[in-house]
Amino acid sequence: MSLDQEVEMMRQIPLFSRIAPAMQKLLCFGSERLTYDPGQVLVKVGDMADAAYVIIEGQAEVSVPSQRGTVVVNTMGKNEVIGEIAIFVDLPRTATVTAITKVEVLRISKDLFINVVRQNPDAAIELIRILAMRLVNTTQQLIKNTAGAK
Amino acid sequence: MERSLFGYIIRYSKRDQLLIVPLVVASMVLYFLSLDLPKTIINEPIQGRRFPDPESTVSFLGIALRLPEFIGGDWRLFDGFVLERMPYLFALTLAFLLLIVANGLLKYQINTMKGWMGERMLRRLRYALFDHILRFPLARFRRVKSAELATMIKDEVEPLGGFVGEALITPLFLGGQALTALLFILYQHVYLGMIALGMVAVQAVIIPKMRRRLLTLAKQRQLTARQLAGRIAEVSDGIVEIHAHDTSNHERADIAARLGRMFRIRFEFYQRKFMIKFVNNFLSQLTPFLFYSVGGYLVIVGKLDIGALVAVIAAYKDLPTPVKELIDWDQQRLDVQIKYTQVMEQFMVENLAPRTLHEVIDRPLLPQHGKICASNLSLVDESGSKVVDGVSFEVGLDAHVAIVGRPDSGRSELAQLLARLVPPSSGTVSMGDIDITRAPEAVTGRAIAYVGPSSYLFPLSVRENLLYALKHRPVREAVYEGEELREREFQLREAARTGGTSLDIGADWTDYESAGVADADALENRVLESLRIVEMEEPMFERGLRSAIAPDRSTELRELLLGAREAMRERLATLHMEDWVERFDPARYNRNATLAENLLFGAPVGKAFDIENLAQNPYVAQVLEETGLTGDLLAVGHQLAGTMVELFSDLPPGHEFFDQFSFIRHEDLPNVKAILARVTEFGLTRIDPADRSQLLALPFKLISARHRLGLIDEALEGRVLEARRYFATRLPGTLRHAVEFFDPTRYTSAASLQDNILFGKIVSGQADAAQRVGGLIRQVLDELGLRPLVVKIGLDYQVGVGGARLPVADRQKIALARAILKRPAVLILDQALGVLDPASQSVVSARLAEHRKGAGIVWVVQRVDAAEQAQHVLVLERGRLVEQGTFDELRKRNGALNRLLKEG
Repeated sequence: MSLDQEVEMMRQIPLFSRIAPAMQKLLCFGSERLTYDPGQVLVKVGDMADAAYVIIEGQAEVSVPSQRGTVVVNTMGKNEVIGEIAIFVDLPRTATVTAITKVEVLRISKDLFINVVRQNPDAAIELIRILAMRLVNTTQQLIKNTAGAK
Repeated sequence: MERSLFGYIIRYSKRDQLLIVPLVVASMVLYFLSLDLPKTIINEPIQGRRFPDPESTVSFLGIALRLPEFIGGDWRLFDGFVLERMPYLFALTLAFLLLIVANGLLKYQINTMKGWMGERMLRRLRYALFDHILRFPLARFRRVKSAELATMIKDEVEPLGGFVGEALITPLFLGGQALTALLFILYQHVYLGMIALGMVAVQAVIIPKMRRRLLTLAKQRQLTARQLAGRIAEVSDGIVEIHAHDTSNHERADIAARLGRMFRIRFEFYQRKFMIKFVNNFLSQLTPFLFYSVGGYLVIVGKLDIGALVAVIAAYKDLPTPVKELIDWDQQRLDVQIKYTQVMEQFMVENLAPRTLHEVIDRPLLPQHGKICASNLSLVDESGSKVVDGVSFEVGLDAHVAIVGRPDSGRSELAQLLARLVPPSSGTVSMGDIDITRAPEAVTGRAIAYVGPSSYLFPLSVRENLLYALKHRPVREAVYEGEELREREFQLREAARTGGTSLDIGADWTDYESAGVADADALENRVLESLRIVEMEEPMFERGLRSAIAPDRSTELRELLLGAREAMRERLATLHMEDWVERFDPARYNRNATLAENLLFGAPVGKAFDIENLAQNPYVAQVLEETGLTGDLLAVGHQLAGTMVELFSDLPPGHEFFDQFSFIRHEDLPNVKAILARVTEFGLTRIDPADRSQLLALPFKLISARHRLGLIDEALEGRVLEARRYFATRLPGTLRHAVEFFDPTRYTSAASLQDNILFGKIVSGQADAAQRVGGLIRQVLDELGLRPLVVKIGLDYQVGVGGARLPVADRQKIALARAILKRPAVLILDQALGVLDPASQSVVSARLAEHRKGAGIVWVVQRVDAAEQAQHVLVLERGRLVEQGTFDELRKRNGALNRLLKEG
């Protein structure tokens, strides 16, 4: 798959869809295209976040450490983005992501992503919208949970 | 060294000077004869004075012993050749020619001997000055700039060498010559002689007077030139400060002002110099005027014969030159005397170390057991204050001692006193039974190793820097044969004549015994061990991996590394990681390498095929043209330029993406856009050569796998392969050594060790490939036992001026390794770990303590708590030893150590 196909794919991801076309292409061009074998770790809990990953192909599982050992909390696949929030806050990764199948990703470095967002106000607003939506969802979830607990 | 130049010259060159004197006297005699002969030639054969009739003959070269009448009158030893007028003329002229040749040969001999003598004296002087530098007290180096020392030894004493040859011979020779000419003239005619004498006297009085000012100027010139050298060195040493504070223009102004002053001095100098020359010339040309008029008158009135007048004028022709040169000589004498005095002022230093201190001693008695005793040790600094004040202590020679105190407590000075780098103002230090304050350096330099807060590395390889501490004396003499032996003997003779050392720099100075090993191999192992102690083994291994092996290394080494290449290939295969490294294959295009690398398919040697600028190489252009690749690459370049313009046009200038990702710099973007416009207008084939070459250069940096632009398809790859083969087979002989082609079965000397072992590119699309493959290389090298070998190759790394090509911490670690390599009885560390990061500080200090178990360490620690691992602690306050004991003892007491601990 060449650069043009990557750009095509990126357009379908809401997080990147509002970025100007030339910038989308630049984002792809500046990113690394990486292959992970099954079992290889993409991000590890505790490491500092230095990149976001877009899955192009394959499946990866998200796990978090707990008292009963590591617990798989999610599985991610094609066109999903990993770790895009962590790169805006200087905090360690909260989960580990491991390839289940052979996984192909686009690794967008923190600097590249932030720079692109800085150049694209529309993209920044889209990003805020997505994050705000998540906050809304989380809050609602919390209210539901608290209400349920009572 | 003598304070006066002439004292120095006479003391050291008396014998040589005396050897030349007879030659000068002989030359004078010949000179006189050559002046006299023309008179005879003109008067006798030409004017025919002794040839009254055509058949007259004279005797030529007759030798008669004039004896008084009462013994029997003249006694003719040899009747001579009886010659007629014409043969007599030729005989005399031939004799004249022979005289000239003989005199010329004598002069040649005199000049050569003078030159030799001068060079010998210059050599002696330079060596003596350098010897003085080595014997300067350390404090001296705080006041004198190194560049000024260098200028003095190199430039300022240079004219001295020239002068030494002239010092005594010239006045003798020129004076003799002038005197001969003068006597000759006087002998011919008294009046004419008086005229000549008078003019010479005027010259000799006026000229030196006019020259007095020149001497002052010369002195100023020397000082300003020396200071300029010093300032230039300062600028180069302080270049960081200059740029950090935007003071480059201040420096420019300073140097400009200095150059201006120098110009002013020279300006006046030249003005006066040429004025003097004018007066001088005028005076010497005034005399012939007088000769012609007065001499002519005398001839006309018959009081002088023409032959004599011609001879007088000929003699006079030779008179002004020696007189002028004599005056020059006098000028030079004063000038050189000034230079000598000024240089001596800088080198006449009090407290010069005595010669005996630096004597070569083969196996000095070194302290083995016993104690380090300091008794009443004091040091007064330049300002007169006591920085170390009456310190006395006694600790075991094998103890680990910490010295603690505030920065101004005199802790560093105490360490330097113990290392005998500075002689104490009073008091003594002894180690074992040896008085360290008076022991020769052969003892202190081997028994003690001192590492200060920032150590100096010589601009050599890491290995040579490490072994530097073992080079106390030539251990194994070099063996010379034939021509080399004769040369060595010549050098030894000359060194002996000029007070130089007879020690041979060509010998092997590395003292294995001092490092406690038997031979070179064992020493290498000791070096590795020392490196491990200071955490430098791994960095050196890394260096080794990244460096190319020197061409003179054995082929055996190459074989071993080829073995590693094979082992690495197998290892990748067994781990199913073959496709993590794309190997170089002569028959395949490597998609993880640049197009340039694919085309060249080898490691460039030298600059001709520099991979960054491969497109500019004329032979490459020719290959592209002849294989028909130019058109293809032009099309790729065109597309690439289009993509770059599309991607980067909207970014502001200076954006970091240009550096990271772009093939085109921001400032070139408008130009590239213009080229693209021209391509649209005229088509790719019809743009001008400059545009073409710009577009053509772009694809050379393309890496298909990384850039994923899909610009190089399989067909193009095939044509690049063809060009690769064409490139190699048609390579002209002149370029054959500019590239070393990749060959799976051969070691590429021009490439790094790592590149040779991989023999390919780590693929860019495989996550974590670089780390894992790097790890595998290490594993493989470890398993093959090649790790030490790689470290040894790393040790060939050149550290640069003052070690500047190494990080500061690494420099310090190498200095530490150098210090422990010579196994000193006492290792003195004066805040030696300060520049290391905290983690490696604790690792290195623990390892050092472990390594030196049973051998002494005196440790000036920066952080007081670091003293905890020492067996004995000395606490200093304002130069006085206020507390000593074990760390625990002192901590319990409410004393100085506790105060320091509280301060943190």
